[in-house]
Amino acid sequence: MDMSQYLEIFIEESKEHLQSLNQSLLQLEKNPGDRAVLNEIFRVAHTIKGMAGTMGFNKMSKLTHDMENVLHALRNNEIEISSDLVDILFKCLDVLENYTANIVETGTEGDQDSKGLSDVLSDLLKNRKPVSEKAPEQAKADASPVSKGAPGIAADLQLDQYETNIINKAADLGNSAYQITVKLNKGCLLKSARAFIIFKTLERHSEIIKSVPNVQDIEDEKFDFEFTVIVLTKAEEATIKKDLISIAEVDEVIIKLIKEKNESASATAADDQLLQEQINVPADIKQSLISSQDKTEAIARKTKTGKTVRVDIDRLDVLLNLVSELIIQKTRLEGLEGIERTQQYVEAIEYLERITTNLHDAVMKVRMVPVETVFNRFPRMIRDVSRELGKEVELEMSGIDTELDRTVIDEIGDPLIHLLRNSCDHGIEPREQRKRLGKPESGKIELKAYQDGNNVVIEVGDDGQGINVEKVRQKIIERGLVSREIAANLSKKDVIDFLFKPSFSTADKITDLSGRGVGLDVVKTKIEALGGTVEVETELGKGSRFFIRLPLTLAIIQALLVLIGEEKYAIQLSSVHKIINITPEDIKMVQKQEVVMYRDTVIPVVRLKDALEVPGESDEEQKIMTLVIVKKGERLTGFMVDRIIGQQEIVQKSLGKYLSGTKVITSATILGDGNVALILDVNSLAY
Amino acid sequence: MADQTSEAKKYLVFKLEEDEFGIEIGKISTIIEKDMEITRVPKQPAFLKGVINLRGEIIPVISLRLKFGLSDDVYNEDTRIIILKLDDLSIGLIVDSVAEVVELDDETTESVSNIAGEKSLEYLTGVGKADGRIITLLDLEKIVMLEESAT
Repeated sequence: MDMSQYLEIFIEESKEHLQSLNQSLLQLEKNPGDRAVLNEIFRVAHTIKGMAGTMGFNKMSKLTHDMENVLHALRNNEIEISSDLVDILFKCLDVLENYTANIVETGTEGDQDSKGLSDVLSDLLKNRKPVSEKAPEQAKADASPVSKGAPGIAADLQLDQYETNIINKAADLGNSAYQITVKLNKGCLLKSARAFIIFKTLERHSEIIKSVPNVQDIEDEKFDFEFTVIVLTKAEEATIKKDLISIAEVDEVIIKLIKEKNESASATAADDQLLQEQINVPADIKQSLISSQDKTEAIARKTKTGKTVRVDIDRLDVLLNLVSELIIQKTRLEGLEGIERTQQYVEAIEYLERITTNLHDAVMKVRMVPVETVFNRFPRMIRDVSRELGKEVELEMSGIDTELDRTVIDEIGDPLIHLLRNSCDHGIEPREQRKRLGKPESGKIELKAYQDGNNVVIEVGDDGQGINVEKVRQKIIERGLVSREIAANLSKKDVIDFLFKPSFSTADKITDLSGRGVGLDVVKTKIEALGGTVEVETELGKGSRFFIRLPLTLAIIQALLVLIGEEKYAIQLSSVHKIINITPEDIKMVQKQEVVMYRDTVIPVVRLKDALEVPGESDEEQKIMTLVIVKKGERLTGFMVDRIIGQQEIVQKSLGKYLSGTKVITSATILGDGNVALILDVNSLAY
Repeated sequence: MADQTSEAKKYLVFKLEEDEFGIEIGKISTIIEKDMEITRVPKQPAFLKGVINLRGEIIPVISLRLKFGLSDDVYNEDTRIIILKLDDLSIGLIVDSVAEVVELDDETTESVSNIAGEKSLEYLTGVGKADGRIITLLDLEKIVMLEESAT
């Protein structure tokens, strides 16, 4: 059978499962006694095994099988959880991730051999403790949790006291209780959907008080091809049977009348631990006892999540491009000359404007992805790094639901890894030192994301030693980056800025300093390429905090259009501070640099005509000159332009690979008249 | 199957001054008239004329005249921009005019090593002969590649 069409689904789902395995393993390490987590890990391993087996990925399937054996022994308390064991499981996870990555690349699992790991896993099993008498039976059931819900076709379900009571009460009201076992066709594809229809059908004339496996498992398709429910109904057995058997893909319906006075059942149930586990009524079933309505809702919720569609990001890009085209045309319509602007025309344009804006918002929303997709790999990373360094580090994450544009999400991972590693490596002090300083032995790294206006801020903070500004200042002088006198007068912020300079970070051995600086320029470059900024706050001995500020959307921005010579340029509005008019007399020279006074501060002036080498006569001094004051971080710079054209919503377009090295330009946009205007790179032009 | 026609390649012939040049048809995505503004990009070499908007895509445009050390382009109704598609890179070449498509095969082309003394030799792959005319075949990758190392 050709599996290629399922390959993509397999890859996507494997990734999700591996991610959840990762999270569960981390949890397990924290709470070794947590049965629920262990069960979850088991379930995921089992699912992966099944999926990989179906797709013919035998190595994955074999490895997960071996994992399962160990997990199974763990569940039965035959072996104990140790951090070594968790390490091995993590290694298994790595290998599985590797296989998946290989499958993505080449369609095969690759050559990596997991024999070694499998051996380690089976060695673990050799050390298992003598098992209790009951274990084998339990083991048998546990080994196949997917089918554990079905205790034989017509076997009687055990009922607890509560359920028996309900049945008895129902009998008083003239309702009979039936145990219905439904067997689905083996070829049934959407088992849960089928089950949903069956539940719905039953609910027409009866109330479901119990189901095995439970509703949640049925929704999640965690059952073989049969399940059993207990219903209370006034309807005839035959009617129910007829209704159910008429549903497609139902192979067999077995209905048994439950006699009331089933009290003895509760006693047996309590004895039988295995069944107790099944009957251990989960919350959703309890709800359904109270009202079957709720349960229907639970299933409905499931169907709702089933309505999502996986869409290739390329298709979204196409969609966004089309929306961009539409906006350009709208702007063009607005600016058309020689048209009589009747009321109708204006209304139509306004309506169009509203629609395009909404459309744009909608498309952007579709492209938004929670930062969680990036964050979720960090706990594991911090764990590994801190172990490597022999430090104890706790990672606290918040705001993982904060959403960012897909393109930003794809790029933000590396800089964050960089900062987090930095915090672990250089921020957090070794354990003994922390102890000496009276700090908690375990260091804390905080990763926080939140929305702030049109920006998303991601903070990476630690409670480590902070940046030693004086040491950095020393280093600046040693490296001869600036003279001793200037260095001595640099503010704290200025000094820290040096850490982000490439010249600083390529330094041979910087770790003996406070350590900050290694690759920080890479972080900064990357963030700025995304249209964002990085700032850092630090206090010696208390810790450091990096603030990454990113624009919510990249594609469509508000911009200020300016005219320089004959050329039109766009400046991102978010970096424009103010526009002022000055006279030639306002410009003063300080150290060969033109400056103006603005609100009692001196700000440098950049003549864009010169900076951009715009052809044409060089400025004949006008009486009044226009200065666009832009901010780069906290600093202001005045850009001298010839004329302001106005504010406009523009669509950013990449200049492409060929011009990607262009310094003073970030990207381009298409104006209403179809011509191209370039968007200035404020960060590289401003001081 | 392995007859002469399978080795024949189609070339688009264009003119710079009186010289005729050929570009493999397969590498051309479209040819447009020069009826839009070219937006200058600062801090680029002179032959890089700027960028244009081609159906919503921003495409850099190169002046072959300046590239080959000729005088600057004078735009007229014959001026064309040939849009090339090299792998995932789109780029436009400004030429004086576009003539026709010719078919050349191994018999009618000579590799560049047989020609000596051409000044813009570095951009050539060979020379083709069609109807007694000489058509210089260009190494497009090289024309485009060189920019990257130059900037």
